[in-house]
Amino acid sequence: MNKTVRVALVALLCVGAAACSKKQEVKPQPAPEQAPVTAPATGPAKYTPADLDTDACLRQRVVYFDFDKDEIKPEFQQIMACHAKYLQDRPMAQIRLEGNADERGTREYNLGLGERRGNAVSSALQSNGGSASQINVISYGKEKPVCREHNEDCWSKNRRVEIVYTAK
Amino acid sequence: MKKTSRYLVLLLGILGLLFAGLASAQTSTLTGTVEGVTKSATPIVVVPFAQAGGAPLPTDIADVMRNDFNRSGKFRSLAKSEIVETPSKGSDINFATWRLLKQDYITVGRISDAGGGMLRVEYELWDVNRQQSLLAQAYTAPAGDLRGVAHQIADAIYEKITGVRGAFWTRIAYITAVGLGNNTTYSLIVADSDGYNPQVVARSRESLLSPSWSPDGRKIAYVSFESGNSAIYVQDITTGSRQLISARAKGINGAPSFSPDGSRLALALSYQGNPEIYVMDLGSRSETRLTNNLAIDTEPRWTADGQSIIFTSDRGGKPQLYQMSAGGGGAERITFQGQFNANASISYDGKQIAMVQGNGNVYRIAIMDRSLGGQVRFISPGPIDETPSFAPNASMLLYAASEGRRGVLYAVSADGLVRQRLVLADGDVREPAWGPYRQR
Repeated sequence: MNKTVRVALVALLCVGAAACSKKQEVKPQPAPEQAPVTAPATGPAKYTPADLDTDACLRQRVVYFDFDKDEIKPEFQQIMACHAKYLQDRPMAQIRLEGNADERGTREYNLGLGERRGNAVSSALQSNGGSASQINVISYGKEKPVCREHNEDCWSKNRRVEIVYTAK
Repeated sequence: MKKTSRYLVLLLGILGLLFAGLASAQTSTLTGTVEGVTKSATPIVVVPFAQAGGAPLPTDIADVMRNDFNRSGKFRSLAKSEIVETPSKGSDINFATWRLLKQDYITVGRISDAGGGMLRVEYELWDVNRQQSLLAQAYTAPAGDLRGVAHQIADAIYEKITGVRGAFWTRIAYITAVGLGNNTTYSLIVADSDGYNPQVVARSRESLLSPSWSPDGRKIAYVSFESGNSAIYVQDITTGSRQLISARAKGINGAPSFSPDGSRLALALSYQGNPEIYVMDLGSRSETRLTNNLAIDTEPRWTADGQSIIFTSDRGGKPQLYQMSAGGGGAERITFQGQFNANASISYDGKQIAMVQGNGNVYRIAIMDRSLGGQVRFISPGPIDETPSFAPNASMLLYAASEGRRGVLYAVSADGLVRQRLVLADGDVREPAWGPYRQR
């Protein structure tokens, strides 16, 4: 096997791996206190699907909220910008925004609150260049907690919107 | 020696497994002890029913009745161990004995074979002080329905003494979540008012919530996430057949509530941007939008006359209860105490509204008495209590509480003084809904 063939094979394998990772479930980040984002959110180079797994900004897919609030906090603006850029760079890309709430309050009210948070992320992505047609918002209210303790530390992890890529 | 000890370990292991099996079998129904006693509760003795021959019965009718009475908070039944005489007919009652034990009422009864696999259950209710017969009735039922007979007798006695229709012979619906994470199974379950005879109505791998009874007790409307997004279904409890009512791809399909005549369903839908209250005519499937603003409007509940809807809205900043005409128009805020008020349950006479009231991190069940100018009383301790649901006679409520990592249900008297925890052994129990009166 000569060197060129070998390189081509490796390249093919990489593409295969990227395609396979499409189905991969996006796990919520363990804590709301996130490491500072170092990678530039915008830049001249266009994002590719591989960046979803490697880019420090794009890998962050959970936005956390204050109690009974749906404002996007300043520390998540950069995440909004890079995901919006990805949507812009990849017009075929689709995301689902899954809105969630903590256990306080009733189930149906929290469905509304989760949706409001999903809509807030949707608006932020659109104002950064994403298209409404690429975004689908769903609310789970307090039906899908990632943490089940009855304290603020746990509640803060549940008040979130998860960004799930359904098409890359 | 070594061999013997090994056999001993094995034997102990088998015994342990056996006991574990027995324990889980025993706790698989909803049961719990009654907490709290009311001083004003009426003392009543329910003598064990006499049985004329035949095989042992699956149900101790007197036991079921005693638990009903105690749970209601209106009665205090004499413990079985203190029942020193066991008359089965009025003519055999020695009233001096029961006066000495400070009992106001006594129930005696007997069970006989009615042929064709049926049993005849007769009972009498007597006033101890007046030595007067108040009730004497008979029921014919199969052995498998003796719990139902016991609840009906308890209802008749409750009504005779209090003047209020009894609600023991009713059913409740609730949701269970068993398992963890992606392996959770959600079930919509219907059981007797005391938690016995649980039956699965619907099962899903995704969340189920917000069960609402049809007024005839035959159907339940609920929300299911089984297809990904929320969707509203109406399911027939007996046949299991169900109809998809609302499954808009965009937004929430939530909070169904049957109108008192059963012809309409109030809903909360957000396909037009944010949750709004709609009323759907179940015959024509036509929808009427009742609210229109940027707030969350949800959890609609009908008043008994079908004229008004009470719902949750955060149009004023925080969630509070509002009331509007079922035909639409302006809404009036009706709760002013507490930072958070939501998920109303309205008593049959409209005089009381139960809700979840949140103050700080404590969420308790509060009841607002509308004749007392909006004053509320708390009937649960918190800290994460939700989903109040009045019994059809408003004498009791069900609600969901959180204990450790799981949810449990409580039945509580409307004055908040007597509570009984209803626990499902494995998993999380939530979203109780007390069904309507049953028709014989």
